[in-house]
Amino acid sequence: MTQSVVVQVGQCGNQIGCCFWDLALREHAAVNQKGIYDEALSSFFRNVDTRVVGDGGSISKGKICTLKARAVLIDMEEGVVNEILQGPLRDVFDSKQLITDISGSGNNWAVGHKVFGSLYQEKILEKLRKSAEHCDCLQCFFIIHSMGGGTGSGLGTFLLKMLEDEFPEVYRFVTSVYPSGEDDVITSPYNSILAMKELNEHADCVLPIDNQSLFDIISKIDLMVNSGKLGTTIKPKSLITSSAGAVKKRHQKPFDAMNNIVANLLLNLTSSARFEGSLNMDLNEISMNLVPFPQLHYLVSSLTPLYTLADVNIPTRRLDQMFSDAFSKDHQLIRADPKHSLYLACALMVRGNVQVSDLRRNIERLKPSLQFVSWNQEGWKTSLCSVPPVGHSHSLLALANNTCVKPTFMELRERFMRLYKKKAHLHHYLQIEGMEESCFMEALSSLSGLIEEYNQLDATKSMPVEDFPRLSVAM
Amino acid sequence: MSVVTVQLGQCGNQIGFEVFDALYTDSHCPQGLCSKRENEAYQASCKERFFSEEENGVPSARAILVDMEPKVTNQTLSKAAQSGRWKYGQHSCFCQKQGSGNNWAYGYSVHGPRHEESIMNLIQKEVEKCDSLSGFFIIMSMAGGTGSGLGAFVTQNLQDQYSNSLKMNHIIWPYETGEVIVQNYNSILTLSHLYRSSDALLVHENDAVHKICAKLMNIKQISFSDINQVLAHQLGSVFQPTYSVEGSCHYRRNPLGDLMENLVPHPEFKMLGIRNIPQMSENSLAYSTFTWAGLLKHLRQMLISNSKMEEGIDWQVRPPLSRLPTLGKASLNRELQFNTSIANLVILRGKDVHSADLGKKLRAYIHQYTKFGLEEEDFLDSFTLLEQVVASYCNL
Repeated sequence: MTQSVVVQVGQCGNQIGCCFWDLALREHAAVNQKGIYDEALSSFFRNVDTRVVGDGGSISKGKICTLKARAVLIDMEEGVVNEILQGPLRDVFDSKQLITDISGSGNNWAVGHKVFGSLYQEKILEKLRKSAEHCDCLQCFFIIHSMGGGTGSGLGTFLLKMLEDEFPEVYRFVTSVYPSGEDDVITSPYNSILAMKELNEHADCVLPIDNQSLFDIISKIDLMVNSGKLGTTIKPKSLITSSAGAVKKRHQKPFDAMNNIVANLLLNLTSSARFEGSLNMDLNEISMNLVPFPQLHYLVSSLTPLYTLADVNIPTRRLDQMFSDAFSKDHQLIRADPKHSLYLACALMVRGNVQVSDLRRNIERLKPSLQFVSWNQEGWKTSLCSVPPVGHSHSLLALANNTCVKPTFMELRERFMRLYKKKAHLHHYLQIEGMEESCFMEALSSLSGLIEEYNQLDATKSMPVEDFPRLSVAM
Repeated sequence: MSVVTVQLGQCGNQIGFEVFDALYTDSHCPQGLCSKRENEAYQASCKERFFSEEENGVPSARAILVDMEPKVTNQTLSKAAQSGRWKYGQHSCFCQKQGSGNNWAYGYSVHGPRHEESIMNLIQKEVEKCDSLSGFFIIMSMAGGTGSGLGAFVTQNLQDQYSNSLKMNHIIWPYETGEVIVQNYNSILTLSHLYRSSDALLVHENDAVHKICAKLMNIKQISFSDINQVLAHQLGSVFQPTYSVEGSCHYRRNPLGDLMENLVPHPEFKMLGIRNIPQMSENSLAYSTFTWAGLLKHLRQMLISNSKMEEGIDWQVRPPLSRLPTLGKASLNRELQFNTSIANLVILRGKDVHSADLGKKLRAYIHQYTKFGLEEEDFLDSFTLLEQVVASYCNL
């Protein structure tokens, strides 16, 4: 069984990370009834005897003593991390896993990347090495951050290069929150494009997410709950959207529901690697199957179902509905319409009591309405995990490598150009040592290159399938 | 003579468990149709082939479990132990922590050499336990990373180390609509390598078995364990002891040798398929009556028309070839056939080659394979070999 380390950077990254750890504990608590530290737990948690001082406290088998998350928390201002340390999860994090500063990055990618990068390089490396040493077989780093700010975007992407150099065999999965149209940070286009260059070059797989989509999903759920449709009763506080039940009186913060969706995404992604099933899918298989060309590693994700219906006996129709929902644009975690764009590859990760015949039936049903690239017409990767998420009887995570991410990138480029043409706010960046205008130009050309590759693939959409001659052999 | 089974990857291990379970249940079935003496002879023969005797009386399967991640092998071992009727040997399992990532090159070029010694040692131990070795039965899938890549590597090693023993590879052909995206690449590479080092390739298609489950056995929600059980049932009918010339209590001693002698006359033509009737759920068995002649006729029809099930036969004329009758305890019949009806498989394979070819033209996913030492020439070699095989079959 392999282990993964989560690196949460910046305010956004840490807040999402916090929700993730809360849900992970809840999920494992529901599955692991006996309190034995098993391999599934070990993928994200260490079992530590806290009475032992220093490093010797790790226990590898037997009853659970104290669980420590395999996480590194990084933020250049103290507010968010302090809040986590005072909250209900304070014992899950080891105090040695934190790196904080006081002043913050001022929403400036250059400060995060160049200034704090060089300042904290050694310290970060040390913490990462430590957490890797605690792992028997480290498979993957999960990095959570936002693209629009300073720390998450700058320092977060600085990390990527470091991880690539230091741990070349370990996969780097990045969950990036992209700025939406009405983002409140004015320099977010600069930060995002500068960060994109690093993501293009050093990440194995990126799961882009945007706040607007998450917000839309939450609003829809609220609507369903409050509309009181006849015949359906919906559990109001499904685990997808809230961590209610942890501390009863906690006032729900505005981003909590949205962060929970992302946390669920990460849990479902790793569920088949942690739990048993009839068709397992490990994390290295995600990269292998969904990334046909190294540059095109942006995966659009969608999660269903988003709320639990109170009736337990789910008829087959509902199951099929779950599959259809996964492909509708309302369930995507980024604003995109995969049905009308070209699919390069698609993965369906199913959890719960779903069998292979249901899977096959739905693939047959949905295939005609989706456009796959000509050389990958059967580009489906499937996995079945027997353990459902908490509070649901089954769930589906669809990951698609689809050209529908192109509009997001193009829009980002638009916003960037609008600011850049006027050289607005540029001096904040250029006054940092190591930043020059060429950095901006390189980042822009990297993004343009990516968009061009997607364009080329889209161009093949309407072309008829070329018939390559088969190899002819002499008999 | 004994058969040593090597189960590779998630698919191989899951199927292997069902096979041993079916073999055991069949030979210890309480409702016998034959005399007691015959029963005992049958049991003894079956047991000698697939199980070895342990101290506490629970037979231990002659099998090695190999997988690159522990979940499936742990599950398989515990399921067998829990049943109480038979189990796997304590030290017959080899697993690592991180899987092969559906990457044939990773299974073949990285895991293979790295774990060569340990795996071959395990096999050696199991072989030493046999009085006389008939051969190896290797169960693997073609679509994944461990089964396909490591399977090809292990078969090659077996060819080198045990060149006098026969090897039959049982390969699972993935669903047409895809279960793994790079399954075309993995399948092509596996087939071409196996063709060089194996003696016979017994193919089972997921699609076909799925249809059998749906139509004949009337299972509503088909799970992989249902599919595996049907597979095991078919395999069981191949491997159960058959009568030898001497008479009703003497069974043929060399299962693999006999099969191969009759079915693989020329090393160019190694692909085998199975047709099995009757296939139906336990419940309907009570309501059906069979006659031997009727079953045989049906089977012949299935052969001629190249269908894998009793229903939906589409008529085309083609000459059938050899047959091997068995007389088992339950009224089973199976036919193992090698003939141009394999054209179906060949066409499937051709399509595979074609789509893999298309992908390769655009170099899709190739970087994942070259990362682990596979070169484009290796792909080209595989394509050429398979095209040759397809051409030979078409010429027949």
